[in-house]
Amino acid sequence: MSIATAPRAARIGAFVPALLLLGVFFAGPLIWSVYSAFTDVALTGSATVDFVGFDNFTTLWHDAQFWNSLWLTLIFVVGSAVIGQNTLGLLIALLMRGRAKLTRAVVSGLVIAAWTVPETVAGFCWYSYLHRDGTLNGILGWFGLSQNWLYTTPMLAVILANVWRGTAFSMLVYQAALNDVPPELHEAAAVDGASAWQRLRGVTLPLIRRSIVTNLMLITLQTLAAFGLIYVMTKGGPGNKSSTTPIYMYQESFQFYKLGYGTAMALVLLLIGAIFSLIYVRLIKVDDL
Amino acid sequence: MSQTLVKPAALPKTRPTADLTAPGRGPSRYAVWIALLIVAIAFLLPFVWLIVASIQPGAALSAHIAWKFSARNFADVLNVDTIFRPMLNSFVISAGTALLTVAAAVPAAYPLSRYRTRFGRILLYTILFSTGLPITAVMVPVYTMYSQFGLTDSVPALILFMAASSLPFAIWMMKNFMDGVPVSLEEAAWTDGAGWLQSLRHIILPLMVPGLTVVFVFTFVLQWGNFFVPFILLQDPASQPASVTIYTFFSTYGQVAYGQLAAFAILYTAPVVLLYSALSRVFGGAFGLTGAVKG
Repeated sequence: MSIATAPRAARIGAFVPALLLLGVFFAGPLIWSVYSAFTDVALTGSATVDFVGFDNFTTLWHDAQFWNSLWLTLIFVVGSAVIGQNTLGLLIALLMRGRAKLTRAVVSGLVIAAWTVPETVAGFCWYSYLHRDGTLNGILGWFGLSQNWLYTTPMLAVILANVWRGTAFSMLVYQAALNDVPPELHEAAAVDGASAWQRLRGVTLPLIRRSIVTNLMLITLQTLAAFGLIYVMTKGGPGNKSSTTPIYMYQESFQFYKLGYGTAMALVLLLIGAIFSLIYVRLIKVDDL
Repeated sequence: MSQTLVKPAALPKTRPTADLTAPGRGPSRYAVWIALLIVAIAFLLPFVWLIVASIQPGAALSAHIAWKFSARNFADVLNVDTIFRPMLNSFVISAGTALLTVAAAVPAAYPLSRYRTRFGRILLYTILFSTGLPITAVMVPVYTMYSQFGLTDSVPALILFMAASSLPFAIWMMKNFMDGVPVSLEEAAWTDGAGWLQSLRHIILPLMVPGLTVVFVFTFVLQWGNFFVPFILLQDPASQPASVTIYTFFSTYGQVAYGQLAAFAILYTAPVVLLYSALSRVFGGAFGLTGAVKG
């Protein structure tokens, strides 16, 4: 009896509910966005929507605030994901190898706790933590370093908050990857007199290379469109000092009612996401599917 | 918790690891200890004032501990308008989305898991690709589309969108769980003349209860914390979930009544933390989710 017993129609029929949902509510808006990015559709309720061609994109190209937002998004992604979460996650995973069970449970419990709280709550935690009279300034006050972090260094503030919130994912990825590194290789290198740092660079890192690349792709995709955390903490401010592209897109669309313009921005964001997503899909071996 | 692409079926292998990264002797042992202690404290600190403020009557944003504790803040927010209705809305939205997602993902995952066809492979790639697309960016066009068809402020319409956006990842997880159910079990049923729907219902699904639970809870937890989507699509406070009303509460009373906000935040967070720890106890760390990030 072969596997392919189900008639072709039934096999395709099985996809219908999923395809319907995805088609109407996922692909639909995407196609719609391509159309409305070329119109001047606005929230003000004006009845006529005019086709404006590439106007939105030309405006976008000359909009210094937009470029500023892309730059801030890049800083946010590189700072909080690529450098922050990735390095810290790997470091914690490495440090925890072979520790006592209790140590592992406490440390990873705290790191994962930061990951499980909803993003608004994470925002409240960091808002009060970094507040003028908050916990951090209370501690730093002993060293004379206290300041209004959300005001003086808003990007650093949201980056630290996102590192705090997202490190658990990288840590879990690397813990799993490190578990697959055969201990014999380390022993051999150690016998040959390699230092801990040399073993890390020469043995461990090359062996988990694929995990590193995959992890970097995934956290980049998750960080690219972060909204809630930044919005709760700074609302993009002061001024536009922490207004990353998702925040700027939100403000233009829903506070200044320029939906067509916001959609053009959304398309740019989607395009960037699509490029990373394609790279990610390419990284996965076909046979694994 | 973020939406992530990981293969759920494989649990992380635990191997008795000889301690090799750090030699277990001398000063470097203490260095590791101190580093881990710093990590633990750094991750704990941001929580501190939220937790302390929740049991301090009249606590504001400033972290000044008055040695006076009470459940006053919790009592103050435990009413229909602040907690109960938003939490009920959150529950309806999250559970509805999770149910719909699982119901649509199961039949879609079955052929993907059982038949290797060109069509299936292309579909899998498309699904994998869509899991990476930023949902935040889709929200502006979704809003335009919804307001055009008068679907804003409709909870069922919100659930439909949320289910659609959770589907790619849910199908992917579901397929991986289904791959773990041996085909041989089904073959007997096929010989007896059962169709694929019957074998799916009577053989695969009963064996996949853990997988179904993981996909359901994962979707539930993700939508429970979802702020942006309901923030954009629901304007009526009466139908908004806690993720949105807690933000409104924060921007209205956050400065003066941080203690109450903290109590609200703890009550709102508790269900997902409980669900998460219950599940990770059963399935291993992180739901056993990161067992194999493919790469």
